[in-house]
Amino acid sequence: MRARLSKDAASLALGADKVAHALMQAAAKRGIALDLTRTGSRGLVWLEPLLELETHNGWQAFGPLTPADVDGVFDGRDALGDIEDHPWMKRQTRLVFARCGATDPSSPPEGGFAGLVRARELGPAAVLDEVIKSGLRGRGGAGFPAGIKWKGCADASAEQKYIVCNADEGDSGTFADRMLMEGDPFLLLEGMAIAGFATGATKGYVYIRSEYPHAIAAMQRAAALFRDMDIEIRIGAGSYVCGEETALLESLEGKRGQVRAKPPLPVHHGLFGKPTVINNVLTFASVPAIMEKGAAYYAGLGLGRSRGTMPVQLAGDVKHGGLFETAFGLTLGELVNDIGGGTRSGRPVRAVQVGGPLGAYFPPSLFDTPFDYEAFAARDGLLGHGGIVVFNDSVAMAQQARFAMEFCAIESCGKCTPCRIGSVRGQEVVDRILRGENVNANLALLRDLCDTMKAGSLCALGGFVPYPVLSALNHFGEDFGS
Amino acid sequence: MQPRSSQPFDTATAQAIVARFVRVPGGLIPALQAIQAAFGHVPRGALKLLAQGFNITEAEAYGVASFYHDFRLDRPAGRRTIKLCRAEACQAVGAGPVAARVKDKLGIDWGGTTADGEWSLEPVFCLGLCACGPSAMIDGEVHGRLDADTVETLL
Repeated sequence: MRARLSKDAASLALGADKVAHALMQAAAKRGIALDLTRTGSRGLVWLEPLLELETHNGWQAFGPLTPADVDGVFDGRDALGDIEDHPWMKRQTRLVFARCGATDPSSPPEGGFAGLVRARELGPAAVLDEVIKSGLRGRGGAGFPAGIKWKGCADASAEQKYIVCNADEGDSGTFADRMLMEGDPFLLLEGMAIAGFATGATKGYVYIRSEYPHAIAAMQRAAALFRDMDIEIRIGAGSYVCGEETALLESLEGKRGQVRAKPPLPVHHGLFGKPTVINNVLTFASVPAIMEKGAAYYAGLGLGRSRGTMPVQLAGDVKHGGLFETAFGLTLGELVNDIGGGTRSGRPVRAVQVGGPLGAYFPPSLFDTPFDYEAFAARDGLLGHGGIVVFNDSVAMAQQARFAMEFCAIESCGKCTPCRIGSVRGQEVVDRILRGENVNANLALLRDLCDTMKAGSLCALGGFVPYPVLSALNHFGEDFGS
Repeated sequence: MQPRSSQPFDTATAQAIVARFVRVPGGLIPALQAIQAAFGHVPRGALKLLAQGFNITEAEAYGVASFYHDFRLDRPAGRRTIKLCRAEACQAVGAGPVAARVKDKLGIDWGGTTADGEWSLEPVFCLGLCACGPSAMIDGEVHGRLDADTVETLL
């Protein structure tokens, strides 16, 4: 009897290993020979640990399971039906996460690397053309057109070029990179190999944050089996700012993770001074589907200049937390209330933070904003890496603004003054506001400081921390005593 | 995963680690990670050897090691380490009360180690378990949907 159970870190955090152990015991007791595959997660984290069992009624899902529940699954108790028919799955367009949760991540995909095969048939120039036409933009947050970046590297002449994957997913509320690396590591490697083929780069690095030991193990195992490119896994050392691409390159070179001034751009002067394509996990992982299905198919999904799909991550106080891959264009309200089901606590939603610790806080009155890079920018927010953190009515927004400054102070690389000193002064100003000292004068000072940080910082850490601070101030002014 | 175990600093082990990583492009950080895995922290003696091996000054080696939160320069962590997520998604579901209980029970603050050397408490800004917070990692093992009472049972 075939069965699937996720070994994704989120599933493990919710007791999947204990469930697996109990399941094997229960099967043995019933004389059932269970063929259990430990997969990645389907992304329905609220149903984890989620078991799929192949019964005479087809595949049946069960979850969330505890060790005490497992015996009942063999009697079909509380079956959820085939998970692929679940409304939460049916509403998605799963391109990047098509295999995640369904297949064994520890061996190469049964169907081979179809995207890479097609890329080799097309040739490097046509691959670049396809990626440009697909409209794929960098999924790390900046949204720069991936094909243009790749072309810049392809056009540079050098003896050695590099492909670097930014897997330093430090934003709270985001876990898509982690899930993909644990659940389908070969898809990422395939995307990097296509990038290498298109640009003439022969060596790849994946830089994974040390907070992700399960993803590191999965990628190391996969990279050792991968024959289509020399890809090395490097482990971060606990620095958030190394998610900024130039700081990441410095760190890969064995230095302090300090941001480089741009230009020169990494495509001309990147890792070890050589032309380098550096993209996020999801950017590379989107490319095999673009190759396989064609640029026109991919570009046919989405809205405005945001083409294709985005794995949206629903987190915080949300009933149906998890990963939902969909074409751009759903509204924030649909994602939070409809897909996410509102809060897990049952309290009303007060704010959502989109795009990580440097993203804006939006109140429910802005829930008509479509999930699209430009639509969020127009409302002084950002999509970032696609994470949505839901807060209920108990949240104290001035505290959240203070935390944004505190986080920036802890993680600042120290290279530029607005970020290094501005974040410390920012905390102090919010503290004065919270104590009720000269509130209006300090609020004006806080806005002025945010203006300086936004305009004067070298990278997105100091430059974007005004987003959470100012959005808290603008939409939740009552929390600041103004 | 197991509670931490590490050996006291010795030059031969450190030299072998340095020799292994000097050939690796950008090998200083992997070397620091290997040093810390062996000794539980990055001792001054190891920094000296790293500086010699990588042909940089000791100040530069210190500068790299001290930049990253992961490297402990003073002394090894406790035998067991609990990392609690302090980031927004976990804040939204009660990471504050979880942390307060752990600090209270262990009698230490962020970055502290109990007097008996058993536990260290470290903050972490996101474990990627944002849909099932509040989350923690204890000796490499992950835990989700914690509250003040359940986290206490893990100590």
